[in-house]
Amino acid sequence: MAVVKTLGWLTAIGLLVGLVMGFGVAPREVTQGNVQRIMYVHVPLILASYVAFGVLAVASVIYLIRRDPAADRVAHASGEVGVIFVGLGIATGSIWGKPTWGTWWTWDARLTSVAILFVMYLGYLLLRGTIDDPERAARYCAVLGIVAALDIPLVHFSVYWWRTLHQPPSLMKPGGFTGSSSILWPLLINLLAFILLYAYFVARRVRLLRAEAEAAA
Amino acid sequence: MSYARRALAVAWKDLAVERRSKETLNALVFFSLLLLFVFQFTLGGDRERLAAVLPGVLWLGFVLSALLALGRTFLVEREHDCWEGLLLAPGDKSAIYLGKLVGNLALMLVVEALVLGLFVVFFDVDLGRAMPGLLVVVPFGTLGLAAVGTLFAAMTANVRARELLFPVLLLPVQVPVLLATVKATEGLLLGEPLGAVAHWVKLLVAADAIYVVVSLLTFDVVLEG
Amino acid sequence: MSFEPIVRAVGVRKVFGLVPVLDSVSLDVRGGEAVALLGANGAGKTTLLKILATLLRPTRGTATIAGHDVARVPEKVRPLLGVVAHGAWVYDDLTAHENLKFWATLGGLHADADDLTAALTGVGLDRVADARVRTFSAGMKRRLSLARVMLARPRVLLLDEPFAGLDQRAKKWLEERLEALKAGGAALLMVTHSFGRELGVADRLAVLAGGRIALDTPRGSLGADDIQRLYVVHAEETP
Repeated sequence: MAVVKTLGWLTAIGLLVGLVMGFGVAPREVTQGNVQRIMYVHVPLILASYVAFGVLAVASVIYLIRRDPAADRVAHASGEVGVIFVGLGIATGSIWGKPTWGTWWTWDARLTSVAILFVMYLGYLLLRGTIDDPERAARYCAVLGIVAALDIPLVHFSVYWWRTLHQPPSLMKPGGFTGSSSILWPLLINLLAFILLYAYFVARRVRLLRAEAEAAA
Repeated sequence: MSYARRALAVAWKDLAVERRSKETLNALVFFSLLLLFVFQFTLGGDRERLAAVLPGVLWLGFVLSALLALGRTFLVEREHDCWEGLLLAPGDKSAIYLGKLVGNLALMLVVEALVLGLFVVFFDVDLGRAMPGLLVVVPFGTLGLAAVGTLFAAMTANVRARELLFPVLLLPVQVPVLLATVKATEGLLLGEPLGAVAHWVKLLVAADAIYVVVSLLTFDVVLEG
Repeated sequence: MSFEPIVRAVGVRKVFGLVPVLDSVSLDVRGGEAVALLGANGAGKTTLLKILATLLRPTRGTATIAGHDVARVPEKVRPLLGVVAHGAWVYDDLTAHENLKFWATLGGLHADADDLTAALTGVGLDRVADARVRTFSAGMKRRLSLARVMLARPRVLLLDEPFAGLDQRAKKWLEERLEALKAGGAALLMVTHSFGRELGVADRLAVLAGGRIALDTPRGSLGADDIQRLYVVHAEETP
């Protein structure tokens, strides 16, 4: 419990620092204005969700090999947090996109891939929700988690080729950060903060899941 | 080898049941005809527009038929609790997967050939030059759909809201296969040789390999209980 | 004849959601022995059978067959089992012969046409061997199920109402086959909620009530009236 509490404090501090830097200290973007600051939340959300799905895949493999319910709980929690982060990532991306490029959505490679990711892992949560037997749910979701993870590179390649071959590359690139440190540092700090947030949520959710499992036995 | 015999027994059983009851086949044929009529009503008049959307429309027809066929593949096992019999079968259960896959592939390819024939006749499509390429793309694309579809069908067979969950799980995962087959078919129908769409074919082959191997390795887990 | 217990259930508990169906069930079946498991509808007999058949996992407690834990290593248990459950495991659009052949192949058995015909003859289905099972009555489907199990000569038989729907001739045949299997060292567990022919084959009677084995006694020690009375008494104890 002490670990979780420390994690919570670190997360809170990280988020505070990161968001202050992103929304206050970092320079105002020349063409887009203040709305570009959403990037400091949008990009970390998406990247943290990748971490979540990576952990889900690894936990799924561990579960199938060792049948340890703890691995299943980690996969379950990671899936939940991952889906929320991707959803928020897509939403913040839309909010960023509307005033900047005039549209809520576009079918460019990155957005399409992320949208597919979102629906795939939403399906993962749906599968969990419809199976009553916890042991069967764990097994089936582990299989789905592995299939989804192996599918991700295929999705990225196919979508990228679809958008770039015989077509000019999309103009919708997020931000224009050239790597200048005044933008990079807030971004990295926020990224770390959001990964900590993911870990904190997963830790608390896993504890809750374990308590539920013990109560049912 | 016992593994091959068991896989063949499952494939034979599925095809025999289908041949005699024709339940799935009838549903698929009727459904394909329906799709044909709908496409005709919405697109038939304008030849240029039809040519532009034909690859997508064709594969839409294939995918919807696949959803129908694959969604039902384990339904026959629910009658008289045959599913329990499969669970309790000794040995490597991936033989059952292989048998189901072969049976599903055969059924889907037959229906696809029929749909293709109907398209040629009713939409006056010239497949001549594209045919050799299509004979590569269509089977590999179908294998991609069937490989994961058979696995997911087993997973959702005994689950609540099966009819909803199966397509929701399958379609996002199948996006690479859908993109590859549609783009490759598009190229072929425009007269390009198979070499021009080789990268899509390679993606298809890679996807198929991944899907079949993963399914073979994990089917035992799904049929554990 | 009495060997080591092949089937052992110790403190088996099964909860569905929040509903406990089995509270704590302990039961042994030895090789060469047949146990008839009695109980009212809903007492959990089928649930216990399914747990032993590796179709369900116990919430708590252990069940082992030939020393293998049914929940941990079901793949080691399954080859030893012959199961006749509620469903007959038949494909309506295949013939009786084809059904038998399919299950024999899937089970890895080397059964040639003669073996299949013999099995069908035993259950009295040889004349309809090439008819589609869709045309069969429930009793005929059940008999086909029994033929399937007999073909495999399993070490452990788990039977749910095996004599239901059979005519006199078939009942006699089944009785003989079960006795023969017992003589060969197989362990039999027969679930029933009637007082039929199972009692003739059974060496022991067990009554499942209140989620537990309320009574476990050799058949010879009780008369039919005693059984009926105890059965009703214990059934009333079920919450």
